Amino acid sequence: MTASEPLLSIRDLTIGFSTQNGFAEALHGVSFDVMPGETVAIVGESGSGKSTTAHGIINLLPENGKVTGGEVLFEGCDLVKLSRNEIESVRGREIGFVPQDPMSNLNPVWSIGFQVKETIRANGIATSKRDVEKHAIDVLKQAGLDDAERRLGQFPHQFSGGMRQRVLIGMGLSATPKLLIADEPTSALDVTVQRVILDNLAELTMLNNTAVLFITHDLGLAAERAEKLIVMYKGNIVEAGDSREILQNPQHPYTRRLVAAAPSLASQRIQAAVEHKTVDEPGGEFDLALAAEERVHEIDAEKHDSTPVIEVTNLTKTFKIRRGNFRSENFTAVNNVSFSVAKGTTTALVGESGSGKSTIAKMALGLESITSGSISIEGADLASMKRSGLMTLRRRMQPVFQDPYGSLDPMRNIGDIIGEPLRVHKFGTASERSQRVRELLDQVALPQELFNRYPNELSGGQRQRIAIARALALKPDIVVLDEAVSALDVLVQAQILQLLAELQSELGLTYLFITHDLAVVRVIADNVVVMQKGEIVETGPTDEVFGNPREAYTQNLLDAIPGANIELAV
Amino acid sequence: MLRYILLRILQAVPVFFGTTFLIYFMVFAMPGDPILAMFGDKTPNPAVLEALRAQYNLDKPFIVQYLLYIGDIFQGNFGISYSGREVSEILVRTFPVTLKLAVMAVVLELILSISIGLFSGIRKGKFFDNAMLIISLVLMSLPIFVIAFLAQFFVAIQWGWASPTVGGNTAWWNMLLPAIVLALSLYATSMRLMRGSTVETLGNDFVRTAYSKGLGRRRVIPVHVLRNSLIPVVTNSATNFGILIVGATVTEGIFNVPGVGNTLFQAIVRGERPTVVSFVTVLVIFYVFLNILVDLLYAVLDPRIRYV
Amino acid sequence: MSKQIPHFVAPVDSTPVAEVDSVKLGDKPGSLWRDAWRSMRRRPLFYASAVIALVFIVMAVFPTLFTQVSPTQGCSLQYSNAGPQGDHILGFTRQGCDIWARIVWGAQTSLAVGIISTVLGSFLGVLFGIFAGFYGGWIDSVLSRVGDIFFSIPYILAAVVVMSVLSEHRNVWTISLAIGGFAWASVARILRSEVLRVKNQDYVMAAIALGRSRFTTMMSHVLPNSLMPVIVVTTLNLGLAMVGEATLSFLGVGMDASVMSWGNDISDAQTTLRTAPMALIYPSIALTVAVLAFIMLGEVLRDALDPKARTR
Repeated sequence: MTASEPLLSIRDLTIGFSTQNGFAEALHGVSFDVMPGETVAIVGESGSGKSTTAHGIINLLPENGKVTGGEVLFEGCDLVKLSRNEIESVRGREIGFVPQDPMSNLNPVWSIGFQVKETIRANGIATSKRDVEKHAIDVLKQAGLDDAERRLGQFPHQFSGGMRQRVLIGMGLSATPKLLIADEPTSALDVTVQRVILDNLAELTMLNNTAVLFITHDLGLAAERAEKLIVMYKGNIVEAGDSREILQNPQHPYTRRLVAAAPSLASQRIQAAVEHKTVDEPGGEFDLALAAEERVHEIDAEKHDSTPVIEVTNLTKTFKIRRGNFRSENFTAVNNVSFSVAKGTTTALVGESGSGKSTIAKMALGLESITSGSISIEGADLASMKRSGLMTLRRRMQPVFQDPYGSLDPMRNIGDIIGEPLRVHKFGTASERSQRVRELLDQVALPQELFNRYPNELSGGQRQRIAIARALALKPDIVVLDEAVSALDVLVQAQILQLLAELQSELGLTYLFITHDLAVVRVIADNVVVMQKGEIVETGPTDEVFGNPREAYTQNLLDAIPGANIELAV
Repeated sequence: MLRYILLRILQAVPVFFGTTFLIYFMVFAMPGDPILAMFGDKTPNPAVLEALRAQYNLDKPFIVQYLLYIGDIFQGNFGISYSGREVSEILVRTFPVTLKLAVMAVVLELILSISIGLFSGIRKGKFFDNAMLIISLVLMSLPIFVIAFLAQFFVAIQWGWASPTVGGNTAWWNMLLPAIVLALSLYATSMRLMRGSTVETLGNDFVRTAYSKGLGRRRVIPVHVLRNSLIPVVTNSATNFGILIVGATVTEGIFNVPGVGNTLFQAIVRGERPTVVSFVTVLVIFYVFLNILVDLLYAVLDPRIRYV
Repeated sequence: MSKQIPHFVAPVDSTPVAEVDSVKLGDKPGSLWRDAWRSMRRRPLFYASAVIALVFIVMAVFPTLFTQVSPTQGCSLQYSNAGPQGDHILGFTRQGCDIWARIVWGAQTSLAVGIISTVLGSFLGVLFGIFAGFYGGWIDSVLSRVGDIFFSIPYILAAVVVMSVLSEHRNVWTISLAIGGFAWASVARILRSEVLRVKNQDYVMAAIALGRSRFTTMMSHVLPNSLMPVIVVTTLNLGLAMVGEATLSFLGVGMDASVMSWGNDISDAQTTLRTAPMALIYPSIALTVAVLAFIMLGEVLRDALDPKARTR
C-alpha cells in the first residue's frame, strides 16, 4: 500500500434506525477518507450524525440501527460486508475505539486489571498469564497512570473521571491499531484534564503512526487537534477540508454560523480585538464576539452606578462527610470567599468541578445554609433573614439551573410552570397572571401557543428559555445562572447567551453567572472570580484577567480553552 | 467489608426485636385471657395450659413478658406446641426435610429463571420473549395451592408419574413434584426481574465498549451482561424467601411433606394457635437471618458495596 | 505540512440550513399521561386485561346479570358433585350448590378484599415513603426502620397470625386490614427511592428558590412525579391481594366458611379432588383469570409509565 492510498475510505454511507414511527434515515450518504497516520475530526451538533458515523464504521450501532447503503473500505476491505466474527477481529486489533463518557464505559463490577487484560487476550497480544500482566501494566503506564501495578486491582468507582478515560484510551490503543476512533473522548472532563489527556493521546498515536478519527462538538478543539475537519449537519457533510482554512474562511452558511457561535473562538477574537483595539468583522446572526462587544458598549454608555447588589464577605461552607459508617469528617467546600457584584453587571464565578462555585450559588439562593461569613443582598443580610424577608428576597433574586431536562416539572404545562412564582407570591388575578405569562413567553421569544403544552415537547434550548421566563416572572433584579448554558448545543447556546444579554440591557438585570467554561465567561461577563478548591484564585474585570492573568492557575485554565493556540487572522 | 458486615448485622437488631415484638403484640395485647383465647372453643389440656402460662409470663407487665419471652428464644427455647411438645424438638426433626425441599426448589427456580430471563432479555420483543412473558404472568396469577392441586391431580393422580403425597419417604426423587411446584411459584418474579435487568444491562455503554475492544458475544454475554444482571436478582431473593416460606407451608401441607411448613399448615388448619404463633416467630427470625445472608452475597457481587 | 487537503463544500440547496431551535409541535399537547395513554392503546394486552377486569367488576357489583341461580338456596345433597345439567352449566359442588352461581357471587369477596387492602396498603406506603424520602434525616431513619420491620414479616404469615387472633371477626374488612396492614412496606420502599430521585431534580430546587415551602413543594412537585411506579405496583398488588385472600381462606383463616369466596370453594373441594376435580378447577380458573387481568394491567402500565423508559 502506498502512502497516498487512504487507510479508511467511506463511500456514500447511509444508516437508518427503525423507530416506533417506522424507519428513519439518519445518515444520508456520507463520504470521506482517512489517510494513514492522519488525524481527522468530525464536528457537529447533537443529531448531526457524527456519532452514528463513528459507530457505523465498526458496526457498534444499537439493535435498531442498520447500514442501508454505501461501503466502509478499510485497507481496501469493505467492513459492511463482514460477518460478525470477522468484524470482531477488526475491532480492537485494527480499529480501536475510545468512548465518550468515562463514567459509564467501564463495567463497575470488574476490576480495572480484569478489563484491561481481557482486551489484551481478546486481541491476541499476549497469552501467558505473566505476559498479559506485564502488558496490562504497560498499557496503564503509557496512558499516564502512575502506580499501575496497584491500580490493576482497583475498581472503576475508585478512579476519577480523568483516570477512567486514561484507562479507556489505553485499552483502545492496547493492540496498536492502525486507526483509533475517539467519540467525544473528553467532553465529560474538566478543561485542564482534557488538555493533558488529549496531549497524551496525541503523543501515543504519533508514536505508532496511528490514524485518529476524532468526533467532537467543539469546533475549537477539533481544529486544534486535527489537520482535517469534517463538518456534519443533519446527517450530511456540509464542509470538509483543512482545519485552519475552514476556521478562517468558512464557506457553507452552516459552518459560518458554527464558527461565529463557538465561544472558544469568539473569546479569542475578543482578545485580539482588545489587543489591537479594532472591532471585529461581523460574522452573521450568531456572532458572539460582536454581541459581546455591543453589550460592553451599551453598559459603558449607561454609566451604571457601581453600588454592589450582592456582597459576599468571608463566606465559608463546611459539609460533614461520612467517612465509613461511624466517623465523619469536615469538608470545606467554600473557604473564606469575598467578592461583590455591582448593579446591572455580570459577574462570572468560574472554576472546575469541586471548586465550590455551585455551593456559593446555592447559598446565595438560600437553598444551602451558611457556615460562616455573610451574603448580603441589596444591603440585607441573608443569614439573619426571617421567613417573610426571605420571601421578599426570592422575589428579587431568581435562579436558572443547568439541566434543561430537569429544571421543568414534566407533569405541569408551560403556563403552569411560568406562572408558578406568580401564584406563590399571590400576584394579581388569574387572568392577570395568564396575561403576564404570555408577556414572558414573548420576552423569551417563544410562541404563546406553548401555554398549554408540556416540557417533553420542547428542545433543550426552548426549555431553558422557559426556565428563564419563570425566573423573570416576578421582575427580579438579580438572576443566578448556574451553568445555565452548559448543556446546550453551540448554536442554541449562542442564541440563549444573546437573549440573556438583551434581557440584561432591557431590564437592567444583574447576573451571577456560574460556569466551568472560560470561553463563555469571556463573552458574557464584566467581572470574573476564578475559583479553585473552594478558594478564590483571582478576581477582576474580565478583560484584565484574560489579558493579563496574575496567577499560574488562571493562565493554565486559559491555555486549556480548546482552540486557544490557534492563530486566527483577525 | 468488615464494617459493612457489622453494620448490616447491627441494622438487623431493631428488625429482630421489632418483628418479634409485633407478633407478640398482635397476640397478647388483646383484652381477655389470651391463652384461653388461643384455644377458641376447644377445651385445653390443663398441663399444656399451665406450660403456656409459664412460657408467656402473663402475670407480669406486658413489656416484661415480652423480654422474658425473647430471653427464652435466645436460649433456643421456642416454647411448646398445642399438644404440649417442645417446639425446638419438632424443629430439629422437621427442619432438615424443609431445607432439602427448599434447596431443591430454589436451585431449580434459579436455573430456570436466570437462563430464561437472560435469553428473553437478549431476544427482547421477539416471539420467545412474548411467549415467556405470558407464561410468567399466568404463573404469577396462579396461587400456589392451585398449582399444587393441579400438579397433584394431573401429574400424580391422572398420569401416575409421582406419588400424590410424600409421607415418610423424604428421598429427593420422591419430593421432586412438590419441589417443582414450589419452584414454579417462585419462578415468575425472578424471571421477570432477570429479564428486566438484562435489558437494562445490555443498554449500558460498557457493553458497547466491550464489543469495541474486540470481544465476541460468547465473552460479553456471560462476563459483562450476566454478571451485572444477577445483582438485582440476588437482592430480590430476600423477598423471594418470603414467598418461599409461605409456599413451603402450603406445598408441604398439600403433599404431606413432614417438614416445618407442614407442621405450621396443620396447626393453622386445625386452629392450634400456640403452635402457629411459635412457628411464625421462628420462621420470621429465620427470614431476618436469610436477609442478612443475601445482603452479604450482594456485597460479594458488587464491588461498589465492598469497597466503601 | 505540505500536503494539500481538498476543500469540500456541500451545495447549499441540497443541505439547506434550518432556523436554529425552531419550535415544532405535535397536533395535541403531549402531557405524560396522554403519552402513556397513547402507548397503552397500541397494546392488545391492554384491551384484553381491561375488558376482563371490567367483566369481573361488573360481576361483583351486579351478580344477577350473570346468573339467575341462587348460590346458596336450593343446594341439595342429591346433586352433590353432579355434572352440568340444565341451567347449571358447570355442575355442582360437594354441597350440591351451583358452581357457576358460586363463582359469580364469589367475585364480590375477592375484588372487595383486593381493592380495600390495596387502597389501604398504598395509602400507608405513600404516607411513609414520601415523608421518609423527602425529609430524610432522623424522620427517614425512624420511618424506614418501621418499614423494615413490617417488610421482614411475609405478609401472608402476618395475616395468618392476625386472622387467628381475630377468628371471631373474619370478614372483608379484617382480612383487608391484615393484608393491607403488612403489604404497605414494599410500596413505601418503592416510593421512597423514587422520591430520592425526584427531590434532587432542578425543578424541585427551583420551586423552593421561588418561595414555595418545603411541604407544598413536596405535595405539588415531588409527589406527582414519584407516583407512577406506585400506580404500577398498586395494580399488581391488587391481583396479589386477591391471591392472598384466597390463600388465607384456603388455610381456613380467611373468610368465614359461610361467606362465598373462591378460596373457600377451592378449600372445600380439595377433599373430593380425586373424584370431582372440576369443583376445584372452576373456581381456580375464575381466581386465576381475575388476578391475571390485574397483573397484565400492571404490566401494560409499567411499560407505559416506567420512568426508565421515559427518555427526554
